[in-house]
Amino acid sequence: MRVVLGEDLVLLRDGLIRLLRAYDFDVVEAVDSGPALLDALLDHRPDVAVVDVRLPPTFTDEGLRAAIEARKRVPGLPVLVLSQYVEQLYARELLSDRGGAVGYLLKDRVSDVRQFVDAIRRVASGGTAMDPEVITQLLARGARDRPLTTLTPREREVLSLMAEGRSNGAIATRLFVTEKAVGKHIANIFGKLGLPMSEDDNRRVLAVLAYLDRV
Amino acid sequence: MTDHDLVRDARARIAQAARGLLRTPLCLVGLPLVPLQLVTYPMVLVTVGVPLLLLVTALVRHYAGFFRTWAGRVLDTEVPPPYRLPANRGPMTRVRTIATDPATWRDLAFLPVNAVAGVFFGVLPPALWLGGAFGFLVPLLWLAGGREVEFTLVDADTPGGFVAAPFLGAAYLAAAWWVTPRAAVLHARVVRLLLAPSATAALTDRVRALSDSRADTVDAQAAELRRIERDLHDGAQARLVALGMSLGMAEELLARDPRAARELVVEARQSSSLALAELRDLVRGIHPPVLADRGLDGAVRALALAHPLPVEVDLELDGRPEAPVESAAYFAVAESLTNVAKHSGATGAWVRVRHEGGRLALMIGDNGRGGAEPAEGGGLRGIERRLAAFDGTLGVASPVGGPTIVTMELPCELSSVKTSSSSGTA
Repeated sequence: MRVVLGEDLVLLRDGLIRLLRAYDFDVVEAVDSGPALLDALLDHRPDVAVVDVRLPPTFTDEGLRAAIEARKRVPGLPVLVLSQYVEQLYARELLSDRGGAVGYLLKDRVSDVRQFVDAIRRVASGGTAMDPEVITQLLARGARDRPLTTLTPREREVLSLMAEGRSNGAIATRLFVTEKAVGKHIANIFGKLGLPMSEDDNRRVLAVLAYLDRV
Repeated sequence: MTDHDLVRDARARIAQAARGLLRTPLCLVGLPLVPLQLVTYPMVLVTVGVPLLLLVTALVRHYAGFFRTWAGRVLDTEVPPPYRLPANRGPMTRVRTIATDPATWRDLAFLPVNAVAGVFFGVLPPALWLGGAFGFLVPLLWLAGGREVEFTLVDADTPGGFVAAPFLGAAYLAAAWWVTPRAAVLHARVVRLLLAPSATAALTDRVRALSDSRADTVDAQAAELRRIERDLHDGAQARLVALGMSLGMAEELLARDPRAARELVVEARQSSSLALAELRDLVRGIHPPVLADRGLDGAVRALALAHPLPVEVDLELDGRPEAPVESAAYFAVAESLTNVAKHSGATGAWVRVRHEGGRLALMIGDNGRGGAEPAEGGGLRGIERRLAAFDGTLGVASPVGGPTIVTMELPCELSSVKTSSSSGTA
């Protein structure tokens, strides 16, 4: 799987390259600035890009902007954005083109290597990987909305895992229940929130986020 | 102008002239205060003088205060008191403050000047009114036999005197008409000249206000630095030490007990996550990253997004304020929105931001229960102090029952660069 990496801190860049290679990813280019990132993404059209939000030359949200710009030119280009902090504004901007295949994770999630690699694979295959912190904020915000308060605690748990971009199987393992039970919970959630049922993981998450976005 | 209006106007002006006349004795009453105050100064050497001086000064200041209020009303502006405040409350400090305060001496000069002005501006209009009326009466007097009565260079024997007298009277009335409303204004101007803070006093006041707010700012900054230092020391730093320890122990155990080593490594990773979370919070408290990235525009929208209530953002800025002002404005909005969430009981809020006439104007409103006020130690007071450092102001309109609107203004210039929100989808 071909990866383009955008990270300006040498230590972190080398660490990420080492980590990705260890899991059989092919890091085709690692760049350290926003403009270089955009060029690399358009040149290589990688299977997935791993991008730091804050990059030179402005050291603001250069990485995010480059990623959004690249996705505008190459629709659906899978991008996993890493950040020192999560900001709903950015999560929203990433999700706004509805193309799926995006991720937005806190940098420290890298330390849980298995989950991190899992998230990259999910994004590469067109799914989403939203940081639990983004989801918590979205759900907390959504709490003022009536339909969400009708969810049982277990249903809320399932909803947040689903919003992170996890499959039914992954949710079942996480919650120590059967996949069938998860499916039933999800059907209930969609029923209560008035969301159309869909078999597609990616569309499912986008529907949830769109719902949360609206409230 | 109809006749009716003319009569009503004339009545009003005559009443005004009468009031001016009534003010005259009041202006004269102040005169004896001059020797009284002067006499108390040498008496300060004998201790009795101290309470006496304080008493007389208080009297003079009350008297001047009355005219200050009056002048303010006439001129439709506020005439602020110019007095210096004693540094502490001891009687001797007070005496010294009073004696060295130029305002004390200006008060003293005010007393005789006010007496003269009061008499002049008090007596002139009624005199003109009466003179005018007399001009019309005097021909009748002459006919009744009082031929020796003179009226402004005119008497019964002056050729054409019977016609000239009413004409002169009319001229007097016209003058009275013109002078009456102006007399009070001129008197009030004289009063303001002497009783309002002089340019020096105003400057001194300003310097004091500035050094107060600077002291506040320095205090707040120092407290903030201490908090950061403490948070780093007790939080992230301690966790990193624990992490190092866990890793060190894991290194030891690796060969002997790989399972225990693994547990320690897991622990170390958790420690590092917590340290990062703490550092993240700390950074957010110092300077929110989204503010650095996107300016006030994006940062306020981010606040609205994260708020538990729906917050409507109406923000139009053609550039970015200087970084410190921007940061102060951001924290002011953040604190206000936190207040809304915590105390207002509202179901919705709004934020409006504009830059007009060299001032950044921020408004935060909610539909809650109202009754908010800047109490000492409260969040609103904190905002006020933060803004004061930039010469900004805070206003709270919050009647009980709501709604609450907090307005803030900060003088600042915008840099010309327009902040864009990248994809424009926020």
